[in-house]
Amino acid sequence: MMEDSKVVAQICTLLLPFNAAGKTLGAQTDIPAELNIDSVGILDFIMEVEDYFDVEIPMNVVADIRTIGELSAYVQSQLEKA
Amino acid sequence: MVDLLDKHRGIAERFERLVAMGSNALGVTNDQMISPTRAMVGNREIILAGTNNYMGITFDPRCIAAGQKALADFGTGTTGSRIANGTFALHTELEQELAKFLNLKHCIAFTTGYQANLGMLSGLAGPQDTIYLDADSHSSIYDGCTLSGAKLVRFRHNDAADLDKRLSRSESEAGGRLVVLEGIYSMIGDRAPLADFVALKKKHNFQLLVDDAHSFGVIGPDGRGLGNEAGLEAEVDFVIGTFSKSVGAIGGFGASNHPLFNTLRYAMRPYMFTASASPASVATSLEALRILAAEPERRAKLLENSARLFHGLRGLGLETGSDVVSPVIAVKCADEQSTIVKWNALFAAGIYVNMAIPPGTPNRLCLLRCSVSAAHSFDEIDRIIAVFMAVVAD
Repeated sequence: MMEDSKVVAQICTLLLPFNAAGKTLGAQTDIPAELNIDSVGILDFIMEVEDYFDVEIPMNVVADIRTIGELSAYVQSQLEKA
Repeated sequence: MVDLLDKHRGIAERFERLVAMGSNALGVTNDQMISPTRAMVGNREIILAGTNNYMGITFDPRCIAAGQKALADFGTGTTGSRIANGTFALHTELEQELAKFLNLKHCIAFTTGYQANLGMLSGLAGPQDTIYLDADSHSSIYDGCTLSGAKLVRFRHNDAADLDKRLSRSESEAGGRLVVLEGIYSMIGDRAPLADFVALKKKHNFQLLVDDAHSFGVIGPDGRGLGNEAGLEAEVDFVIGTFSKSVGAIGGFGASNHPLFNTLRYAMRPYMFTASASPASVATSLEALRILAAEPERRAKLLENSARLFHGLRGLGLETGSDVVSPVIAVKCADEQSTIVKWNALFAAGIYVNMAIPPGTPNRLCLLRCSVSAAHSFDEIDRIIAVFMAVVAD
């Protein structure tokens, strides 16, 4: 298991190529709203997260995830299952 | 009160910026169609190089006559769905002819290609199932997948190894698994490497669906699409296609050898709860299908024209989305601004292509998307290349 803070930090790193405006990233960052990433960009970013952590994040779940913290929690839940 | 349209203000502003740069690339009106490859827009004659009219069959006198006869014999519309009063003899004849063309046992015709994807995907998969879809799939595939309620897993474009990895992650889960590919991908024009994906069927349990919207009638020795071209038709469990491209009408279909396939007629909401295709459209589709079967030289001409445009554009130093000859030839541009400028320059010089910008494109690509027709003359192809050289190539 990874610590929550490490998962959040890694997600922030994976988000960098999608953070064109250079916004400060943290657990409370609302990914689609604050980073102005379009729908396809969000899905591309999620693929990077899936591959880094080797977990599955179905598209249906992505629609309900807003913040980096929520994404981190979902990743953690999948890591616990593995 | 919250104004429901407020959320679209960003789209409105982006659209206004687009129009301010010239013509409205997203709303070109053809005032008169002169031929499959020429139209009048206002008082200007335009060469059409972005219509998906691959076989150039829209003005075939046999198709027009068939449509006129259907109008006279069956009227202007069906006024009902296929499961109510909307099945005419023409619909069943089209389905039978299409099944014969595809060498499959069963075929279901839909009112549009979009609805074929909505219907087939939502009919095949349900909330207990998983659909694996290529990241570059057409929006109608995404929408059909969403409508199904299935778990949706996206894999990297044309990457069978990536799909292998994702299938392995959920190997033990209950429920069916459906993998969805496209014959020719609509934006880039590349094909799915079918053999690579078929090889995975031996390792993982899944059923395979190919959307041949851009490849039906276009590729394969018999024009049956990707499976036909790859010699792997028996491995494709379900085929989807459209009548709005190579067939030159409107409508769509799903087809399969599965013994329960026709049960889908009573399980697909986009099939059951919409009016069936109009008699004239069905009749022209039927006639066009017969012509495509009888005249394979049309495919050879399309390939010849595609190669001429592909090599011509690449000869200008332009980067295309696909490295192989395809009737869809997407020229990559640096960014949205320059794409709009170049699209306007092409249009002003009498060439219509599709302007494709994010999020409608994979990998945020900005594209000048050409589609080739068998009806293009070499002179028209050469004119398209010459205009690209003048206004697009650096």
